[in-house]
Amino acid sequence: MAVIFDRPKALLDVPTHYCPGCTHGIIHRLIAEVIDELGILDRTIGVAPVGCSVLAYNYFACDMQEAAHGRAPAVATGIKRAIPESIVFTYQGDGDLAAIGTAEMVHAATRGERITTIFVNNCIYGMTGGQMAPTTLPGQVTETSPYGRDVLTQGYPIRVSEMLSTLDGPAYIERVAVSSVPNIIKAKKAIKKAFIYQMEGRGYTLIEVLSTCPTNWGLSPDEAMTWLEKNMIPYYSLGVKKDIALEVK
Amino acid sequence: MEDKVLMKGNEAIGEAAIRAGCKCFFGYPITPQTEVAAYMAKMMPKLGRVFLQAESEIAAINMVYGAAGSGVRVMTSSSSPGISLKQEGISYIAGAELPCVIVNIVRGGPGLGGIQPAQSDYFQATKGGGHGDYRLIVLAPSSIQEIIDLTSRAFDLADIYRNPVMIMGDGMLGQMMEPVQFKEVKGREVPEKPWATCGLYGRERHNVITSLFLAPEECERHNLKLNNKYKEIEKNETKFELYNCDDECDFIIVAYGTMARICKNLINMADKEGIRIGLIRPITLWPFPKAAFEQVIGLTRYGFLCVEMSMGQMVEDVLQVVNGRCPVEFYGRCGGMVPSPDEILVKIKQILNQREGVI
Repeated sequence: MAVIFDRPKALLDVPTHYCPGCTHGIIHRLIAEVIDELGILDRTIGVAPVGCSVLAYNYFACDMQEAAHGRAPAVATGIKRAIPESIVFTYQGDGDLAAIGTAEMVHAATRGERITTIFVNNCIYGMTGGQMAPTTLPGQVTETSPYGRDVLTQGYPIRVSEMLSTLDGPAYIERVAVSSVPNIIKAKKAIKKAFIYQMEGRGYTLIEVLSTCPTNWGLSPDEAMTWLEKNMIPYYSLGVKKDIALEVK
Repeated sequence: MEDKVLMKGNEAIGEAAIRAGCKCFFGYPITPQTEVAAYMAKMMPKLGRVFLQAESEIAAINMVYGAAGSGVRVMTSSSSPGISLKQEGISYIAGAELPCVIVNIVRGGPGLGGIQPAQSDYFQATKGGGHGDYRLIVLAPSSIQEIIDLTSRAFDLADIYRNPVMIMGDGMLGQMMEPVQFKEVKGREVPEKPWATCGLYGRERHNVITSLFLAPEECERHNLKLNNKYKEIEKNETKFELYNCDDECDFIIVAYGTMARICKNLINMADKEGIRIGLIRPITLWPFPKAAFEQVIGLTRYGFLCVEMSMGQMVEDVLQVVNGRCPVEFYGRCGGMVPSPDEILVKIKQILNQREGVI
């Protein structure tokens, strides 16, 4: 019988520690499918962050490094500069990338490092149990914004993709969501394009993936998908934020 | 054998690293070590190697982590406040057992301190600095020639023990010029790096560079493994120089780096006045050369005098080794002030006066 659906080779056959309904599994799979399809498993090196996906190095079949909190883009820079023929990606959450790792993220982007960042934005710190993130929406209730994020005292969420798109170093930046099948298909296309741009040496690439955290949002997986579409997408608009191939020469 | 050339300490570090096969250098400007970065910026691209000015010392040390994890020889350099910023990364590097070389051209602290030479980072270098139970191998050259020899050794030690190695100089060593010679050094035999994340290329299992061990049993096992490695290093790699210690003496000075050089002058001065002084010069600050003390403790009439460009840091290790067997005195200046031979001699005479009531 023909096998029409199987585990990608770039994903190891191990149980993950993610909560039921968490979308990290989907995003891991998309990256792994892209690595398989591009035939780059041998030369791909991934960098895991600190946060919910800290153990991502146990799930991807390629060589992996675990970075300190927020430092993944610097670690990835070290790997890519040491082995320029490698394909290097960082997998980072919103706290890791947009709070403690802001400097590393901005400077890897503006240097145009030939690396790909998969930025998983779920508006909350998941691993530590649901605190306010730099991307937490105005009014959103978390453990450290129990009365709802008050922008007058707690500031505004960062739109990372738009911010980085003002720089000259990035080659391709797109925001996607994994909230529905059509969106997941678009997300995979974007991830694949980012890896291809890296293979072509075009510059820094970042795909921001809007994702859910049913556990810390206090919603069922299904309700979480609806919450994402109703609340996150209006604030974090989907689509291409920068693509050097589309820019007028 | 190459001719002698006149070289600044900071540039000598860069040249020695290049000759040791350093493939990547990641740095950030800070006085008084910036010439290391400037030298690497000039030379590395010509050789097809990597020089990158990072956005911070934090980023630089994490770039070192990435490159070291991928199996290449890599170095970063900084000075005291910058080294403080690197401590997080150094702890991760020690935890993940990655070989690399970190240069600290020490200046006065705490805080922003000053930019003149100091030795006040001894605690930070030898007692931890970052979090967790770990050790750096710390090498303390006292001349530009020795900077060259120890830089090459630092890369070998890092590879042999999969451990970060710190070269600890000071603003004076970094800035001064001396004639040096790049000898053809036969490096130590270093192991392959089958653990490096450099791509699978047919390897069956992926390599993972990490310092995370969630299960306490596993984390303890990892710490015990590290500890065994540190014991090996203590056994095999301790290095020191004894000067003027072949006969009985009134005092034995303990000093390293720039301070040891100054003390050698003082020893020659004192000799003319009939005061006989020996010197223990630790070359490895960690592991601390305890054996040196066992060799000479019977030769000193009035014990040891520890001289430092700090308010007394290494002296704690001296006290521990001596363990009450004879007196241990201390003399130090700090904040960028460098003790002169004359003022140390005055201190010595004072101590001798108290002990003997003579001179």
